[in-house]
Amino acid sequence: MTSTPKRPPLPAILLANDLLDGDVVFAVEDADGALDWTRDPRLALVADEGVAAGRLEAFAAAARQQVVDAYLVDVEIGPNGPVPRHFRERFKTLGPSTRPDLGKQAGEGIAGRRSA
Amino acid sequence: MYRYDEFDERFVRDRVAQFGDQVARRLDGSLTEDEFKPLRLKNGVYLQLHAYMLRIAIPYGTLSSRQLRQLALIGERYDRSYGHFTTRQNLQFNWPKLRDVPAILDLLADVEMHCIQTSGNCIRNVTADHFAGVAQDEIEDPRPVCELIRQWSTAHPEFSYLPRKFKIAATGAQHDRAVIKAHDIGLRIVRHPESGEIGYEISVGGGLGRTPMIGKVVRDFLPKADLLAYLEAVMRVYNLEGRRDNKYKARVKILVHEIGTEEFRRRVEAEFSALDGPSVNADAEELARIAAYFTPPAYETLPPDSGALAVAKAGNPDFARWVDTNLTPHRVPGYTAVTISLKPVGLAPGDATSEQMRLVADLAERYSFDELRVTHAQNLVLPHVRKDDLFAIWQALVPVGLATANLGLITDIIACPGLDYCSLATARSIPIAQAIAQRFADADRQASIGELNIKISGCINACGHHHVGHIGILGLEKRGIESYQITLGGDATENAAIGEILGPGLPAEDVPDAIEAIVGVYESQRHDGERFIETVKRVGLVPFKAAFRELADAA
Repeated sequence: MTSTPKRPPLPAILLANDLLDGDVVFAVEDADGALDWTRDPRLALVADEGVAAGRLEAFAAAARQQVVDAYLVDVEIGPNGPVPRHFRERFKTLGPSTRPDLGKQAGEGIAGRRSA
Repeated sequence: MYRYDEFDERFVRDRVAQFGDQVARRLDGSLTEDEFKPLRLKNGVYLQLHAYMLRIAIPYGTLSSRQLRQLALIGERYDRSYGHFTTRQNLQFNWPKLRDVPAILDLLADVEMHCIQTSGNCIRNVTADHFAGVAQDEIEDPRPVCELIRQWSTAHPEFSYLPRKFKIAATGAQHDRAVIKAHDIGLRIVRHPESGEIGYEISVGGGLGRTPMIGKVVRDFLPKADLLAYLEAVMRVYNLEGRRDNKYKARVKILVHEIGTEEFRRRVEAEFSALDGPSVNADAEELARIAAYFTPPAYETLPPDSGALAVAKAGNPDFARWVDTNLTPHRVPGYTAVTISLKPVGLAPGDATSEQMRLVADLAERYSFDELRVTHAQNLVLPHVRKDDLFAIWQALVPVGLATANLGLITDIIACPGLDYCSLATARSIPIAQAIAQRFADADRQASIGELNIKISGCINACGHHHVGHIGILGLEKRGIESYQITLGGDATENAAIGEILGPGLPAEDVPDAIEAIVGVYESQRHDGERFIETVKRVGLVPFKAAFRELADAA
């Protein structure tokens, strides 16, 4: 059994790796208010309080057939959307710092949006 | 090179089919991630920071041109057209998709390769001296015994669920180029001092990571014929008595340390005596069959020196520098071993593009009897090159960025992938290596400094071997930022030693200055012809610590 990770300080976003591709994905709310996954960190749904964070956690638990290693990450809100506070998660949302031609910083997957 | 027999072929093909079925069951929901994870790890599939990672075994670091071309193809078709050669002589792809892994494994099986036992608590891919079979200081080629151990350990039912991973390295030379004292078991081929018989010196309990230790010799001389029974005895003692309650204390080095070398040796010898040796050891025919695959290639009879080489060197200083730096003496006159540096200034240590892999494969086919080696220092080797052919090889390497003349110098840095890729890492390694290489990019300066090994790890697991670097750098997290701790005096050779910490951690931007300060002390203190590590051993750490302290205080 995997233990439930401790909830980070809020605000937070939910990130994970796509099961099929391994790409980093983020929980997003669609036009109908349902939760879904996006590859674009700028679109990640931000949970500001406990109920919203709990909703993301429940979504992560229910999505184990779509994603791997889902967890909440604390963020600050920048001009282009949420930015993880920790450098590890910032790298995860961008790509290798030494290869700007790879990862989301190169635009990989940003346009795509995957149905849950 | 060893070629698969019918059993090897069927075993690998069955395993590919089995894993393909496991992937399908994961994707259709029959397997949960908790159920699937140990299965994917047994096939070399990790989940890293940005993507999956696939680790491919390169047994004892030996590759054929055909195999390297296949790796290039896989990189192009299923990854981002590059691969990363590791300190365990493996190759990792950083971006494969899970759905493609069965197809990749099929392509690997086509060229007698696989990912089995590149992960998990089993006996991992066996590593070896990358100059095996060609080195002048070698007693005997260690690759046949590595192949024997590979066959014995692959899917060994008794040793498939060990307390932790288990690493074995072998060398047949006096000078240790395989870091055997930093492995769970290190094998050194030796001659019996009285009889002259060839056998093994066996070390157990070396390893890096959070508790670095140098392996202890438990047998000065083991007859060759007894090897598998002795290894079986070591593994049984470890399997029975190694700790399973704490993964950080589960390696055999902890067991050896806690009960003492003498007691560990006593228990192994007791187990060895009780074993039915003949039922475990390989028979002479099987040893001969394996050894036959490693007979030397059909070398020409050549003069020891090459006139063509002398002329080319005289007319091209860059070529001359490369020849003086990247070659290793060969046991056969007129031949040499060529190390192709995967450490060009400004790029990631150990990375090679598919285009570069193809070019190197072509060169090996044309100039090195179709054979290549991968080194634990993340470089490639053409092991059997005629000196007459060196200029043509160098000319081919230059346009693809593979002619860097820095073997063993300050820019020939070992660096793990670090936090740019690895989910275990706590800091980045590659940018630190790049910054140091940029600082010391001047070729004359590198040559003036001479042999100096810098090794960088992005976390305490020490995949970058920082503990045994002349200068070691460990990336950690300190209050939410990356911090780098520097050690000095480590040694990866037969004089194996763990480096000592110089002082408090530094921010990334100060690391090149710290290396500059350390090099400055060396340059001011060295005697004529004295290597960096020799100066450190002679003068001790005090002057280096003083220089480091000044830097840390100013930061």
